[in-house]
Formats: sequence, C-alpha cells, structure tokens
Amino acid sequence: MGEIELEIPARPEYLSLARQVVAAAAAVEPRFQADRIDDLRLAVSEATTNAVEAHASAESGGRIRIRCLLDLDGDSIRVEVRDEAGGFDPDAVPALPEPGDPTRLSFERGLGIPIMKQLADEAEIRPTDSGTMVELVVYRSSLSTSPDTDEAARDQSARP
Amino acid sequence: MIFDVEVSTEGAVTVVTVLGEVDVATAPTLRQTLLGLVSETGGPPRIVIDLAGVDFLDSTGLGVLLGALKRVRAKDGVLVLARAEPHVRKVFEITRVIEILPMHDDLQSAVDAAA
Repeated sequence: MGEIELEIPARPEYLSLARQVVAAAAAVEPRFQADRIDDLRLAVSEATTNAVEAHASAESGGRIRIRCLLDLDGDSIRVEVRDEAGGFDPDAVPALPEPGDPTRLSFERGLGIPIMKQLADEAEIRPTDSGTMVELVVYRSSLSTSPDTDEAARDQSARP
Repeated sequence: MIFDVEVSTEGAVTVVTVLGEVDVATAPTLRQTLLGLVSETGGPPRIVIDLAGVDFLDSTGLGVLLGALKRVRAKDGVLVLARAEPHVRKVFEITRVIEILPMHDDLQSAVDAAA
C-alpha cells in the first residue's frame, strides 16, 4: 500500500499545493482515469477548504494533515483530511433550495459538502478529539463504482 | 498559482476572461471584478464570463458566480457563461447551478445571448 502524507498550514494559498499532491498520488497508479483524478482533486479541495475555514473561524493558526493511501490493487485511493479546529456539525448545514427557487441565489455557500459527497465514492465526516476528519474514497474507474456513478459517467460520455 | 481576470468589451457586452484556478484563495479577486462591473454599469449589466482558461473551479467559485448573478438580475441585466472545460462544466451540472446560469459552448453565442 502506497502512503503519502502532506501537512500544510491552514491557509487558502496552500490549497493548490494540496490538490497537486493528491492528484499526483493517484496518478502513481497509471490506470487511474483522468476524470476520476479530477473528481478526487475537487472533493479533497472542498474538504481542505472546510478545514481552512474552520481554522479561520476558530482563530487558530493550525495545520491540516492530508493522508493519501493507494490500495494494494490500485483500484482506489483513500484520502483523509484532518484539522484541529474544534469540529463542526455537518447536519447543521442548511439544505439548499431547488435551482428554480428564487431564494436559491441567496445561498452563495453550502455547496462544498454536496460536491464532496457526489464526487467521491465514499465520503465520511467524523469528529475527532481536536477537530474534524473527512475520509474520502475514489475508485480509479467509474465502472468499478456504484450504479449512480455509472449512470453519470454514461451521461457524460453521451454529451457531444 | 496562476490566476488572472481580464475584462474586455464586445459591443454592449462585457467579457470577463478568467484564467487559472478559482478557489477560496483566488475567488475574492473574481468577486471584486464582477461586483465592480455591476455597480459601474449605469443600465442593465450584460456580462459574459469566459471560462475556457479555467482548469479548476470549486464551490467558492460557484458562490461568487451566483452572487454576481443575483446582483446582475437586480439591475435587470444578463449574465451568461462560456466554454468551460468538461471537468469544470461537471461542477455546474452536479450542483444544478447550470439550470440557473446558462453555459454556452462558444464565445460568440454567449455574447449574442447577453446582447
């Protein structure tokens, strides 16, 4: 099992670096599809952004630890994003109105967690002693994942 | 990290060209440009945002675009998007923001739609 660990200051300017490292870690497995690496890059970026913002609102300088684990068969990558910002309640995030609802435009935030959950094949948000840990799993190919994702992949390939 | 926002005009339409990665580090620059354009415009703002040079856009970027759309609509203006790469377009699709913010495949049709 290949394991890579990255520790970054909890600041926005380090997000790009986190994305690059995670994408490069997945690309160690040559069969990892480019679109799945894009999904991983965005899901991890959203998780890391939440961690950066949690540290900002906790006014703690803190650091964020990002651990990437490629599984033995190279079929999936697991990424853990851990902060020490005291934690938050994911259920307290308000639900977004439907796109057609005129009040929808008043919600400029709150899209991060839905994006993360939709792009990763598994996404779990867990409190730790000192903060929050987000665990994301992304499979190397959309064929090896859930039926929903297969359908999304077909839709996408059907587009001109 | 490469990030840049350029503003040009095509007749009555303002074209905002975004280059690089849009995330929580760079989104404030984009927000400032868009809000500046909306407040400077006397009549209804007509804005096209060209995303061809964007290789990453996250929920913060979507939020900035939705915030700009709200202000443009308040002045009876039009805001449309153009030319997002497939993996960037996907972010608009899975969040269904594409149902609110139309995306055009080429720049000219976006400019025509905003004019």
